[in-house]
Amino acid sequence: MDILVCAKRVPDTAENEIEIKADGADIERDDLVYSVNEADNYAVEAALQIAACTGGKVTVVTVGGEEDEEILRREMAMGANGGVLLTDDAFRDSDGRGIAAVLKAFVETGHYDLILTGVQADDGCAQVGGMLAAMLDYPFASLVTSIEVVEGGKLKIAREVEGGNKEIHAIDLPCVLSIQTGINEPRYVGMRGIRQVASIPIPRLGAPDLACALAMTGKGNAKVQRSRYFTPPAGKAAEILEGSRDEVIEKLIDLLKAKGGLN
Amino acid sequence: MGSIAQATYWTIHGSSLVLALHLLGLTLFGYIAARRLGPLLAARRDPRLDRPWQRLGRVAQYWLGQWRHPRFRFAGALHILIFAGFLILAGRAFKLLALGVSDRFAGEGGGWYGAVHAYAATAVLLAMIAAAARRLVLRPARYPRSADAIFLLGLIALLMAADGVFEGSEGAFEHRAMALASLPWLVGAVFAHASLPVLRGLHTGAYFVHEGAFIGLLCYRPFGIQFHVETSLFSIYFSKLDRGTVKPVRWDIPDEHLDSADGFGVKRFEDFTWKHILDFYSCADCGRCADFCPAHAVGRPLAPRTLTIKARDYVFRRYPVFQSAQDGQALVGGLFTEDEIWSCTTCGACEAECPLLIEYIDKIVDLRRGLVDDGRAPQSLHKPLKALESRGNPFGKLERKRGEWARDVVTNGSRPLETLYFADSISSYDERMQAIARAAARILARLQQDFGILGAQERDSGHDVRRFGEETLFQALREHNTEAIRASGARRIVTADPHAFNALRHDYRDLPPVEHISQVLARAVEQGKIRFRPAGEAVYTYHDPCYLGRHNGLYEEPRRVLDAIPGLRRVEMARARDRSFCCGGGGLALFYEPKEKERMAVRRVRMAAEAGANVMVTACPFCMANIEDAIKVAGMEGRMEAIDLAELAERQMEPEAKVPEPEITQAKVVGS
Repeated sequence: MDILVCAKRVPDTAENEIEIKADGADIERDDLVYSVNEADNYAVEAALQIAACTGGKVTVVTVGGEEDEEILRREMAMGANGGVLLTDDAFRDSDGRGIAAVLKAFVETGHYDLILTGVQADDGCAQVGGMLAAMLDYPFASLVTSIEVVEGGKLKIAREVEGGNKEIHAIDLPCVLSIQTGINEPRYVGMRGIRQVASIPIPRLGAPDLACALAMTGKGNAKVQRSRYFTPPAGKAAEILEGSRDEVIEKLIDLLKAKGGLN
Repeated sequence: MGSIAQATYWTIHGSSLVLALHLLGLTLFGYIAARRLGPLLAARRDPRLDRPWQRLGRVAQYWLGQWRHPRFRFAGALHILIFAGFLILAGRAFKLLALGVSDRFAGEGGGWYGAVHAYAATAVLLAMIAAAARRLVLRPARYPRSADAIFLLGLIALLMAADGVFEGSEGAFEHRAMALASLPWLVGAVFAHASLPVLRGLHTGAYFVHEGAFIGLLCYRPFGIQFHVETSLFSIYFSKLDRGTVKPVRWDIPDEHLDSADGFGVKRFEDFTWKHILDFYSCADCGRCADFCPAHAVGRPLAPRTLTIKARDYVFRRYPVFQSAQDGQALVGGLFTEDEIWSCTTCGACEAECPLLIEYIDKIVDLRRGLVDDGRAPQSLHKPLKALESRGNPFGKLERKRGEWARDVVTNGSRPLETLYFADSISSYDERMQAIARAAARILARLQQDFGILGAQERDSGHDVRRFGEETLFQALREHNTEAIRASGARRIVTADPHAFNALRHDYRDLPPVEHISQVLARAVEQGKIRFRPAGEAVYTYHDPCYLGRHNGLYEEPRRVLDAIPGLRRVEMARARDRSFCCGGGGLALFYEPKEKERMAVRRVRMAAEAGANVMVTACPFCMANIEDAIKVAGMEGRMEAIDLAELAERQMEPEAKVPEPEITQAKVVGS
């Protein structure tokens, strides 16, 4: 089974102090470190596990610039067979629909049995996966927490639903799935692994290769535009429970019950 | 008494029969030994032929001198007795074997050597009985119920008894006086009036029982814990000489070529070095390592001895002497569990205990290297490792904020520097630990040292990155720090973090000399440069950090500093110095989520309370983190507190001699 995983490079929330620029138009990007969007990393791991069972190749694709190559290499160090960078000035500042259109154009250049995305990007809107499926006219399932390959060109998948419950679906291939974090434990990517793939060429495709997408890409064609960032006002301070140990435990249990944490 | 060699047994001449038996035994042993050598030849390289004099010194101390045995009084004394008996009896055994081949070796019995060996054999026999009784009746918890051990004790006892009967029957025949109250004496006394055929029968019978027991022992030993009789001399001669270090990934590949190495760490059994496999053979399964392993004590799934014994049984199955090889089981995930390999804090307690100087840390690190290379690092370490890669610290904090702790304390940073203070990550970023770094900096200032810090140029020392198996990342951190330190022009380095201290001292190369702040303090106290105010009412105890004590031998310096504080009452915990009990580990160990019943530091805090202390002094920021947490977990707030040696020393410094408030508030930082 040949699998395509769509990934994105995002500022790493664990390693940055995110500050908003004075005009609110963007965050301070001077001192940021980036990494693979966490959910996408789970998607790559899921793809690698499926490919290990069924055979086939895992390709990772991203839309962006030269600097985004690093996440493709990281995923290749993880075990992906190849990475493709979709880059062109015409793609810059696209909205979700534009990105989905570029990805759709790329999908049509090859043959993929399964397309995975992360459930959402840390800095995104959880929309590209669904739009991509619609544009390709493929079946789509979101918030996927397990995948099992069954006979006859189908998958058995589990989706997370409210309250921690799961529902199980059968879905026809080819399809698009958005992968929830926690579906697996992504393997560690060491520095040696990254160095070993450092010199593998990464193919780049631009507007001439993916021309059909151009009507929807770029700032001019974006129908959704980000206008402002802001920091929400700090909420009420934390409540500190007081009293003896037993009293504190009792109060805590009451609170948890009241807030629905305990049944 | 008749000659063994000249007699005829079922038409076979004695000397021929004995010679044939000898040859059979030796051939069998030779074959077994050759089979056991096989895995060592298939293993990785490990050069251990350097420094022969130092190695011979080790043999004299740890093998001949049995140096580590008295650490366990009863078992140790018993072992020394048996070992000495074996040394004394070795010559006797060969003589006995030889006299069956030719009368030339028979010679006269008795004499002083006769008496010595008679007592030695008797002592060993009694020791065997005591050891067997101990295992069968007293059953110390650290011994597995092993039929192997009892069988071997029995075989040695049989050897000794046969020797005694042989000697005693001969003495009785010759009416020779024998060593009073020895086994031959007893046999002689019992059979003093026996007829000649009875004595001759005893004599001949004892000879062949001795022969059988000797060959039996020789050929059975390579199948169990008694193999150490043969291998211990080599294990000790080839033991690791440089403490505090970690072996390179491959001895035969330079660091800069590791990226393209075909193997990385230990993934299959033959990735162990030959010395490490020899260690597996040599383990006597005495369990002293496990007794002192803090991971084992708190119920983590690790016991050093079990690790070794599992590996030994594995190599016996994989390279059997007689059957065909049958073990293709995976190492980690099969023979060992991942949790087992990650449970070790690399504290070194096991290595401090092992009488045979078996190495554990290098093997654990090599197994971790294999796991990391296969992407199998524990999930909770992924984020800290990634942050170390991109930000140079495991917390993901900004590089430019690394030197902020020093804003008000580091003022003198003329270039080139005399002294560089290396803070390392936790003391740079953790609010609580910053106080330790600031105290150390104030002490340096008080001693009028011209010193500075690397600030934003500093990266994590990588000490525990290396010990958790991410060697490539460690090397990148080392390269960065080495360049920054060289560029600073510093002529010496001081740190208050024993992990940084150990890394800079042992894992880095060609740096200026490195000192821990306790060494600086101890020297200043000795030279009268620091005087302390009297301490209050509290009772103090000093907790030895593993990487200051066991790995670097700094036990006395911190204690000398404490004892220089007038009126300070100090008690020792039962587990101190090289038997110190690890707090739970530093560096990435802070992020690892072990399976355990109790935290190590909680145990440690209780030990301090048992010793009667209410202040625990340590000299390591990681110990501080673990111990302060444990005081809360154990519900001992208000009854126990923790303080770093540097903090205590700074607090107690005579007020008039305290550092003048810094005039410049901007930290002068090298390279910024």
